[in-house]
Amino acid sequence: MIERRPLLSLITHGTLVLGAAIFAFPIWLAFVASTHTGREVNRGLSLLPGDRMWENYATVLGDGLSTAGAPPIGLMLFNSTVMALAIALGKIAISLLSTFAIVYFRFPFRVLAFWTIFITLMLPVEVRILPTFEVVADLGLLNSYAGLSIPLIASATATFLFRQFFMTVPDELAEAARIDGAGPMRFFRDILLPLSRTNLAALFVILFIYGWNQYLWPLLVTTDEGYYTVVMGIQRMANSGDQLPQWHLIMATAILAMLPPVAVIVAMQRLFVKGLVETEK
Amino acid sequence: MAAIAIRDVTKTYGKLRVIHGVSLDVDDGAFIVIVGPSGCGKSSLLRMVAGLEPITAGEIAIGGRVVNGLEPRERNVAMVFQNYALYPHMSVFDNMAYGLKIAGLAKADIRARVERAAAMLQLQPYLARKPRELSGGQRQRVAMGRALVRDPDVFLFDEPLSNLDAKLRVQMRLEIRQLQRAVGTTALYVTHDQVEAMTLADRLVVMHNGVAEQVGTPMEVYRAPATTFVAGFIGSPSMTLLAASVAESGKGLALDGGGLVKPRDTALPEPGRRVLVGVRPEHLSAVSAPNADLELKVTAVEALGADTLAHGVLCGRNGAGATLVARLPGGTRIGPGETLPLAIAPGATHLFDAGTGRRIEPAGR
Ligand SMILES: Nc1ncnc2c1ncn2[C@@H]1O[C@H](COP(=O)(O)OP(=O)(O)O)[C@@H](O)[C@H]1O
Ligand SMILES: [Mg+2]
Repeated sequence: MIERRPLLSLITHGTLVLGAAIFAFPIWLAFVASTHTGREVNRGLSLLPGDRMWENYATVLGDGLSTAGAPPIGLMLFNSTVMALAIALGKIAISLLSTFAIVYFRFPFRVLAFWTIFITLMLPVEVRILPTFEVVADLGLLNSYAGLSIPLIASATATFLFRQFFMTVPDELAEAARIDGAGPMRFFRDILLPLSRTNLAALFVILFIYGWNQYLWPLLVTTDEGYYTVVMGIQRMANSGDQLPQWHLIMATAILAMLPPVAVIVAMQRLFVKGLVETEK
Repeated sequence: MAAIAIRDVTKTYGKLRVIHGVSLDVDDGAFIVIVGPSGCGKSSLLRMVAGLEPITAGEIAIGGRVVNGLEPRERNVAMVFQNYALYPHMSVFDNMAYGLKIAGLAKADIRARVERAAAMLQLQPYLARKPRELSGGQRQRVAMGRALVRDPDVFLFDEPLSNLDAKLRVQMRLEIRQLQRAVGTTALYVTHDQVEAMTLADRLVVMHNGVAEQVGTPMEVYRAPATTFVAGFIGSPSMTLLAASVAESGKGLALDGGGLVKPRDTALPEPGRRVLVGVRPEHLSAVSAPNADLELKVTAVEALGADTLAHGVLCGRNGAGATLVARLPGGTRIGPGETLPLAIAPGATHLFDAGTGRRIEPAGR
């Protein structure tokens, strides 16, 4: 029970606002930095936006930071999008199908298959990064979209979420479909998939951001600028050799790199809410 | 439409055997109710007919065709589930149309069939709704409609009314029966509710521990229960069973609590045989003390309006100590603590072998 007292709500609100401010502050700083000239930024940062916003963003989007050896940011954003989409969609496709098999079919070594998938949970990319790199290199997948995304697709997180969900779908639904004459794939497509819509949306958001934020792996498998992703690109920009880093442009890039995940969240949030309201019973 | 023949069917789950050889012949167009307590294997039997469970041994034929190896869709059966199992994301129309779509019927044909079924079930106003926007009774109707549109050989019902409230249950019961008569499709209906079973069935199958204890019309089963289990299960309140032996004189039943009861119009087996004497509450009537077969010390009275149920313990000369229920006319004035002399109606005494629990049909009947 929480009592409604003015002082108490003042304190709780104050705490919340403070917390939000602490989280938002670096983003604000990045934004402010991206609106000044490079010299102003290096002199020390003001807390108010400057007047160079359009010029800075135009530079970043147009020419890129040629001095830092990074490609135009448009290409990096595109690469990141391709990688994040491939990872999100690939993971969803693979885990949906494997979960369907494990939950709805009885086949030899089903339990073994299940545990094998389970074990991959213990092997995130960072742990298996060297052997994976070796494999990807041997397959000639360095500097390719396939090399960027496929090794990250193979993992079990989504399988478990779907398994939890599929187990809540009443058996009678599958039986009713069987009696209606639906084969397994038809049941999957016509019934299971539409019912999983909300889960799909949630997972897509999580996995898209997971893919978007990948840093170590792209750093390792890309040497060709044409395949740089934006998150690792920022790092390249900051390591600009003898010259001073062009912080105003780097910050503009960082702000731009934040936007697509935000856009995905905002777009998918609608579906969440709709799904939450609709799946009621 | 088709007849169903079930031949010595057994079912085992792992090592657990839940159906021990059931045989049943269902005539084309008949309404058969499988009734029994929870866990007796009713659903398992139905699901084997549906093709949802493999048949461990034995044979099931629908319309003369053995279906053991066939998928549900090849058996042309339709099933109504206890929780309705409607597709939550589909409209009422799509729920009913789904099976037809899969069967590849033309759009116009599907529409016509769904609309005809919807008209029969008064569902036209709801065709565009989702299942969650319907009441329990309406969902139940949609489930019926989904079965109906397919025009199957057999309807299978697994406790379809259990999730409805009492009043709706009575109403839906009548509707299901009328619909089935109207379309003439063979129906196999599973329930644990003996009232549902009695009112719906052309013929009744009483199941107990994986065995079909008795098959017959509701009145046959009520009048002549084949076992003590059936005797106790069909009829409410349950039949009272009193332990007794046939008197050495052969002219009465010596109750274990003492005393001798001479049932009228009932042939007795050989003297000395251990039996269970069954008497239904509705076959007892209050009489004056000298004419009484039994005397009941009343412990509780339930006035139901039309009837009054008197619960009590036998006292006096006959069968003292056994508990018994009597169903008396509605206005009967009786209170706990009173002694009630009761007479058993002629021909209303059932005799069962005390060892096997089987009905004793004396020779000559
Ligand atoms: N899939 C199953 N696996 C194992 N045992 C089962 C399964 N289905 C039913 N049983 C068991 O079989 C027995 C009969 O079940 P069921 O046919 O559902 O009975 P009813 O419908 O009469 O309540 C029960 O003891 C139940 O526990
Ligand atoms: Mg059942």
